[in-house]
Amino acid sequence: MPADFFPKSVELLRFLPEIVLTIVGTLLMVLESIGGQRWGRLYGNLSLAGLAGALAAAIWAYGSPGPAFSGMMIADGFGAFFRILVISVGILTVLASYRYLGREGVDTGEYHALILFSIMGQCIMVTANDLIMIFIGLEISSIASYVLAGYLREDKRNNESALKYFLLGSFATAFLLYGIAWIYGLTKSTDLTVIRGVLLSHDATVSPILVAVSAALMLVGLGFKVSGAPFQIWAPDVYQGAPAPVSAFMSAAPKAAAFAVLLRIFMTAFAPIGSGWEPLVWLSALLSMTIGNFAALTQSNVKRLLAYSSIAHAGYVLVAVAARSETGTAAAMFYLAAYALMNVGAFAVVTHLSGKGERFVGVDDFAGLAERQPFTAALLTIFLLSLIGVPLTGGFFGKFYIFKAALESHLVWLTVLGLLNSAVAAYYYLRILVVMYMHEPSEAASAAEPLSTGLKAALVLPALGTFFLGIFPSALLIFAGKSAVLVR
Amino acid sequence: MTLLNLVLALPACGFFALLFVPRDKPQAIRGLAIAVALITFIASIGLATSFESGGAGMQFATDVIWIPSPEIHYHVGIDGLSLWLVILSTLLTPICILVSWRSIDKRVKEFFAFLLLLEFGLIGVFISQDLFLFYVFWEVSLVPMYFLIGIWGHERRIYAAVKFFLFTMAGSVLMLAGVIYIYNRAGTFDYAAILKMLAGSKIAFTSGQEMLLFLAFFIAFAIKVPLFPLHTWLPDAHVEAPTAGSVMLASVMLKMGTYGLLRFCVPLFPEAARRCAPWIIVLAIIGIIYGALVAMVQPNMKKLVAYSSVSHLGFVVLGIFSFTQLGLDGAVYQMLNHGISTGALFVLVGYLYERRHSLAITDFGGVATPAPWLSTIFLITTLASIGLPTLNNFVGEYLVLQGAAQANFKWAVFAAIGVILSACYMLWLYQRVFYGDTPEAVTSHVHDLSHREWAAIVPLVAMMVWMGVYTPSFLPPITRANAAILDQSRMNVRFRVSLPPAPLLTAREVSRAR
Repeated sequence: MPADFFPKSVELLRFLPEIVLTIVGTLLMVLESIGGQRWGRLYGNLSLAGLAGALAAAIWAYGSPGPAFSGMMIADGFGAFFRILVISVGILTVLASYRYLGREGVDTGEYHALILFSIMGQCIMVTANDLIMIFIGLEISSIASYVLAGYLREDKRNNESALKYFLLGSFATAFLLYGIAWIYGLTKSTDLTVIRGVLLSHDATVSPILVAVSAALMLVGLGFKVSGAPFQIWAPDVYQGAPAPVSAFMSAAPKAAAFAVLLRIFMTAFAPIGSGWEPLVWLSALLSMTIGNFAALTQSNVKRLLAYSSIAHAGYVLVAVAARSETGTAAAMFYLAAYALMNVGAFAVVTHLSGKGERFVGVDDFAGLAERQPFTAALLTIFLLSLIGVPLTGGFFGKFYIFKAALESHLVWLTVLGLLNSAVAAYYYLRILVVMYMHEPSEAASAAEPLSTGLKAALVLPALGTFFLGIFPSALLIFAGKSAVLVR
Repeated sequence: MTLLNLVLALPACGFFALLFVPRDKPQAIRGLAIAVALITFIASIGLATSFESGGAGMQFATDVIWIPSPEIHYHVGIDGLSLWLVILSTLLTPICILVSWRSIDKRVKEFFAFLLLLEFGLIGVFISQDLFLFYVFWEVSLVPMYFLIGIWGHERRIYAAVKFFLFTMAGSVLMLAGVIYIYNRAGTFDYAAILKMLAGSKIAFTSGQEMLLFLAFFIAFAIKVPLFPLHTWLPDAHVEAPTAGSVMLASVMLKMGTYGLLRFCVPLFPEAARRCAPWIIVLAIIGIIYGALVAMVQPNMKKLVAYSSVSHLGFVVLGIFSFTQLGLDGAVYQMLNHGISTGALFVLVGYLYERRHSLAITDFGGVATPAPWLSTIFLITTLASIGLPTLNNFVGEYLVLQGAAQANFKWAVFAAIGVILSACYMLWLYQRVFYGDTPEAVTSHVHDLSHREWAAIVPLVAMMVWMGVYTPSFLPPITRANAAILDQSRMNVRFRVSLPPAPLLTAREVSRAR
């Protein structure tokens, strides 16, 4: 039995967020079987408390970095950044869900347990330094998300969404796993640092072609998870069909975690063959931006529109990945944080307005919202302006840092095409602003109830965050910049 | 806190204060808005009185770090060029508030809040001395104008608002790429520092790079000016906007483009500017003539004034790209003139619209009978707009033509056709609207100016006369700033040294020669 068979206590403390999430998640399932739907509010409060605890633990763990579990995991700044990000997204999602779950009559502990498990999986993904752990984390996160996408099981759209997500998701995971198997066969290791070492050593027994194939396979798998083109086909259907708060969650947290994994694998293990994968990422970035933005132009369903927009935003982050630099990594991290805030906020407004059974999710249903609920409309305006990338919002600085990093890496054409893309994108976000401010109130806007406390928090917090990132971006950027230095 | 920061901060404070006024008190909202706008204007007058017209460089400068990494400064300051544009913005905002006093009756709070936010953005654009800060204000000013057109405009307002936003956005993203590229080379966004590096050859662009950068900036500015053939958003935006929107758009926002050309495009990329100048001037001259011809056949008064803007702004671009001291001075003077006289035209057309609820020229006729004062004021403005001596536009047009003639006599000849055409379309408009038989609908609806309307229009008329007869109040700081710009771009020293050496004297020389 090796000496470090049992984890040391400090290692456990480094992984306190995951432990807290698991315990609270399990507790929720037990309570559910006792209390049923009568305790609906309690489940929400408990999961909020669990997430808050995990957030505190994640911040604490940032102060005590280091490896754990025989180097399979690593609690570094990079991991801490993404842990804090996904847990925060979780908090906002739970806040936005209270009213929604009550309205749909599914106020169960299970829902919250699934959210917690999914976040736990993402926390593992972002701190894993070993392909096996990455895979385990990804599966935990994904399986919980598959269930969440079909959470309203009486609803046809939910079922469609879950099934599509599950089938295509499993297919993509298989690609990832296949890639892992190849690289293990080539380098005899799943440890990212070791793989990097082997690739750097120019060992003649390691065929560069096979390494390239393995990297490409992993890129396909992760490309699916971040909904980057050409692996984005699933996103619109899944986001449209899933319950609105779940769409909010899925478009932010699993995506951020998948990007974290992508960055970690390709910036450490596969960094030595960077010039090989850069053109692929370059192309994927351009395709994602273009397909996402142009497809979003004609959408009439807001959830679907935001889904296409999320594909486009994945494209912007891929630009930062293609930059292959620490500035690029930091820019991607900043962007993902800013994006999470504005997108969760926008989806929270959709959640608010959709009404029972999500009847009102058309762009036209936002008509006259500014007249009926000026405050909600003003908040959505902030999120949309941030998604467009207007200065003094987080989205603007996100884009700015990304394109700055891209230009530093001499990706001039990608920058120009990306910026032109963001001008195209302005059109469909403006459409929502147009109907909201310039049309007569619709049935949906008139029927909308006042904002509940939970939703108000889920809207005001991201709005404040968006402004904060837009006016004082350096605080987060410095954090991201420090954390972008990956262990090699 | 310098006076300049105060001028910038006041509209922003007013914007936030308005958000907290309950929406069922429209009178309080209007009162607060006009108070803020007037205080801002008075503060900006302070800028003019304490401005040292002999002083070199940026005055009232503030330079503090806003974002440490990458280092972005809140660096503001004004020279003779910025000074008058700031005052133009602060002068027109209270006028716009007065003009909208009654005509805006739905969502009053948002309207005045957006108007103040717009003022904030515009002032910011004219005083930023940091490329990044400039870009931020450039974009910030876009949002309130989008809402002003889209919410309070006429029938096709949404189409016009979206078109306006997308045109400007498409141009400005390219500028952003240019800004970032310059930063990556120079390591700073500070405009003065970048110019110094360029002058000292610490950074140098190959001619290909310089051309691309020049175009990235130029297209953003040319869309805003708007230069033919990028002008198509302008008639839509002007016609659909509410009166205050049209006034701000024509008088101040269009100047963002010409200001950008003069402040950034020419000094940063002088070689490329020189190489492109013949092409740009051809476009400017086409704009002058084409705008005037199209204006002549418009059945809609607002559209007529909008196309006349295309024509007038062509003069400004011509002046800038003549690269002569006189041409530049004339261009800047013409920016201000156009702001005053076209602003006044839009105000007056707005008055007519409020009375008759129509913009079609054929719905009017003989307005001079029921509304003699309105007609008189309109006549003065018309004459100013067509460049009658002793009124403001004459000075600007003369200087531009003189400057253009120094550079290439043919340019001046073609541009002068525009002056003649402007007399045609404006006088013909005046004749059709104010003379002739007075239809019943006009007699019953059109009444003369109210006190509030007088208050809004008199300052503009006074400025037309002042700027037309006593240029030394305005020109010396402009000349000084333009001399600095020509120095930075190492251009046309020949024409400048032929004039008396000190810039102050140059201005006197100019006015004496006249």
